[in-house]
Amino acid sequence: MTNTLSPRVTALSLNCIALLSLISLSGCTSMGIEPWVKPYERQNLADPIMRFNRHPSASMHMAHVLEGRESARGAEGTGGGGCGCN
Amino acid sequence: MVVTNFINKGVKLLAVLLVSMTSLSVQAAVLDPDRADVLYHSYEGGGMTIDGPSVLLRKKTSESVAFTAYYYLDSISSASVDVISTASAYTEKRNEGQFGVEYLHDKTLMSFNLRQSDEDDYLAQSFSINVSQDTFGDLTNLNLGLSYGDNEIKRNGDDQFEEQSEQYRIRAGINQVLTRNLTASINVEAIADSGYLNNPYRTVRYVDNSVPSGVAYQAEVYPETRNSFAAKLSASYFLPYRAALFFHYRHFNDSWEITASDVELGYRHPLGDSLELEFKVRYYQQTQAEFYSDLFPYRDAQNYLARDKELSDFSDITYGIGITYQLPASVSFGNTRSEASLQWDYIDFQYNNFRDPTADGGVGNEPFYGFSANVIRAFVSVYF
Repeated sequence: MTNTLSPRVTALSLNCIALLSLISLSGCTSMGIEPWVKPYERQNLADPIMRFNRHPSASMHMAHVLEGRESARGAEGTGGGGCGCN
Repeated sequence: MVVTNFINKGVKLLAVLLVSMTSLSVQAAVLDPDRADVLYHSYEGGGMTIDGPSVLLRKKTSESVAFTAYYYLDSISSASVDVISTASAYTEKRNEGQFGVEYLHDKTLMSFNLRQSDEDDYLAQSFSINVSQDTFGDLTNLNLGLSYGDNEIKRNGDDQFEEQSEQYRIRAGINQVLTRNLTASINVEAIADSGYLNNPYRTVRYVDNSVPSGVAYQAEVYPETRNSFAAKLSASYFLPYRAALFFHYRHFNDSWEITASDVELGYRHPLGDSLELEFKVRYYQQTQAEFYSDLFPYRDAQNYLARDKELSDFSDITYGIGITYQLPASVSFGNTRSEASLQWDYIDFQYNNFRDPTADGGVGNEPFYGFSANVIRAFVSVYF
């Protein structure tokens, strides 16, 4: 069986994440980029209707339903971890 | 070896982020509000009926510590196409419990979660650690998580059967405010499984001309490792007339040569002060696992054998609608605020190389299988 996801690819992905995170954490302000949306401009984003996970119990249920019926898993943004769906 | 490298990389990544986070000067953020959710869920489709309750309780004990408890029950009655072709229908229950704690320090949120799922023939236990950090004027949120799970697999009616599997997960994400109306996020997650990954009840079928039916069955054989990687792009947009538009795209591939992607579009629309409507449509498609076949040419035709329809080439489409009603103060408890919600999803599955063995047509020439499912959730949320 061909291994389509080699350890090298995984390692490269993780290193990219670490690098991007470092740049985001400490690099933006040092590069002269300032936050462009001010706190007083965020009332629309703070509206409850904009919440991805507005109903967490319902999201967890739907993730569980799909986890047992589809092969893709991961990066859902919700819990996950073992479906117990023999 | 793969798993060891995986953990080493994960630990290094965690260390890098923690060092970076401690170097930031920050102001305090806040924990999510206390809430309780009581939910009834129901799934019906493809010969399976699953329903039960779930309860979620979240409570802050201070401005920096919150606890979460979650209980979930599945009552399963199954006569799915996989089961009725080689075995009998069955019923069972699955209990799941979770306990979590969150700790907020300035703009760093750390959480720890324990989970257990228990069935007659399957015990899954896992823990996860997540760290997230607001930064760059709170325009950016970074998160990182690790999970470990241990599973004990049994087979009803066979006391000698006992197998184990393990799962490691590492995930990271970045959420970015792009404009005053638009946010986007990218999440990635790598998962490594090892051990017994089969379903102990399922079989593959192969051509056998020595029996009248022309087909015989043998147990599935899966590889003992599976490594997968998923990346998801999400965006949410605030529309000028106070409504929200959501978009998700995820790409997935794994060492079993399954490649999958799904795309989802959602829309949330308030009606007056107390009603909120939600609509969504989602499309998913995947390719088959390298060792999958609907009908093998003979017994032990290859080292690994699978005929799980979940490992076949298929697609599904989901249409969903939901309504949330903010209950008037007169029916809420004390000073709490309460909502009642109803959500319905219709999912249609179409398989491209999994045939319906119960249909006519002759072995290997039956029509391709397909089914639809209705998924319903009714729940009450109380914020206090």
